[in-house]
Amino acid sequence: MVQFVNVFKAYENGIKALKDVSFTLEDGEFAFLVGPSGSGKSTIIKLITGEIMPTAGKVSVNGFDLDTIKRRKLPKLRRTVGVIFQDFRLIENKSVYENVAFAMRIVGASNKEIKQRVPYVLGLVGLESKEKFKPNELSGGEQQRVAVARALINNPTLIIADEPTGNLDPARSLEILMLLEKINELGTTMLVVTHEKDVVNQFSKRVIAIDGGKVLSDGLGGYYGYEA
Amino acid sequence: MKLNRIGYYIKEGLTGLVKHGFMSFASVFIIVACLLIMGSFSLLALNVNAIIKDFEDENVVLAFIDEDIPEQQARALESQILSVPNVASAEFISREEAYESFISKSEEKYADLDASVLRHRFAVYLDDVALTAQTQQDLRNIPGVAEITANLSIARGIVTVRNVVSAVSMVLVVILLIISFFIMSNTIKLATVDRREEIGIMKVVGATNAFIRWPFVLEGFILGIAGALIAFVALWALYTFIAGEIVKNYTSTLFSIIPFSSVQIPILVIFLVIGFAVGVLGSSFAIKNYLKV
Repeated sequence: MVQFVNVFKAYENGIKALKDVSFTLEDGEFAFLVGPSGSGKSTIIKLITGEIMPTAGKVSVNGFDLDTIKRRKLPKLRRTVGVIFQDFRLIENKSVYENVAFAMRIVGASNKEIKQRVPYVLGLVGLESKEKFKPNELSGGEQQRVAVARALINNPTLIIADEPTGNLDPARSLEILMLLEKINELGTTMLVVTHEKDVVNQFSKRVIAIDGGKVLSDGLGGYYGYEA
Repeated sequence: MKLNRIGYYIKEGLTGLVKHGFMSFASVFIIVACLLIMGSFSLLALNVNAIIKDFEDENVVLAFIDEDIPEQQARALESQILSVPNVASAEFISREEAYESFISKSEEKYADLDASVLRHRFAVYLDDVALTAQTQQDLRNIPGVAEITANLSIARGIVTVRNVVSAVSMVLVVILLIISFFIMSNTIKLATVDRREEIGIMKVVGATNAFIRWPFVLEGFILGIAGALIAFVALWALYTFIAGEIVKNYTSTLFSIIPFSSVQIPILVIFLVIGFAVGVLGSSFAIKNYLKV
């Protein structure tokens, strides 16, 4: 579960990125976080992953209180959160298999566990035949699938997808979102950050709209409260 | 540390070494150069100290006993002389023994001199020639001791040589250690810059700082130890060669050279410790900034 209660965030350069933001994302929920560039979306992601701390207010993610968390506890929090990026962020010199296995190795999984789970998750995202490929040998959609597999591999409670379709054509975008929807149906909480109106409108999901560091609207069923 | 991770750390560390071949070579080279210079000066200082020790052994302070004191009473002063700080040993020389020694070294024209013109004396050996003046004063304060002769200028000369060599060695060691540390740190920093994307991903996925740090520390460790071992072999070869040349060309017995075998274990240990410290601390320092996020 993700909970923001009256959260303020001001950066050292004086920019007030968030001004009294409150919302709750229940376990198993699927939500879009929408807003234009500079609206505060990235700040929300950074707060959820513990990259930055709130200036005021309370941020709670999967039982961890971000305003009081100790630095050495951050890896534990991050292991409960899978992150998917617009630019995929795959390691170029590692194969598809290694890119995914790498995330398991980090959390201390045994070789046996890795050998069992990686092919299973690659099958889930439709990449079972591309295990040995390097990222630059894959299409954008396939690379994003690898990123989805990596986010999913450690069975996180929550997945944050940060503009996951930003570098993809409409058909591939839809495929990725359907994949995320499928993962959500299996029980993983999903927060998809985007500024693409068309993408959001194809799904009847909860939409949290943010602009100028404030929540403009929060409700089910479409892309409203913010017009690009 | 989990066992299945050790393989990963070693693989990643070695990959880093190979990938940054030139910088790896450069940092090993710098460590070798620094240790070699450091080792050479240390060996020079050791040899100078050994030579000084020989001089010290020969540098005797003579404590002349009051001529009115009979021999037995004069001999009894030994315990008081030995109790003076910095006195290593003292040897009683009676006026007759001194006389014989004097006559044997002098021309015959002094042969008709009587032993009674000389005083009983102690040949006093010191622990540290640098303290000669103070010891001389302390000896003079003993009742019954009439006069002290010590060659203060030789003592001062010896001490100056030793101090200069020690100071130069110390300064060089410190400077070279700092240089080694920064070169190593830069090599590893280059490796971290090259892999900053990967480190960022590791952080996001929930890697602990230790997990991220280990391959880099291992890389630094291997470079440091390799540098230490190469420097040791090079120093051994260089020292043996130079010592051989000196012995061959200066067969005089003015001074003797410390054999490498008598110092090889401490040198190897010190080199390994420095290599380890420079490698591990340098890499830890380089990676530090990347672990803050």
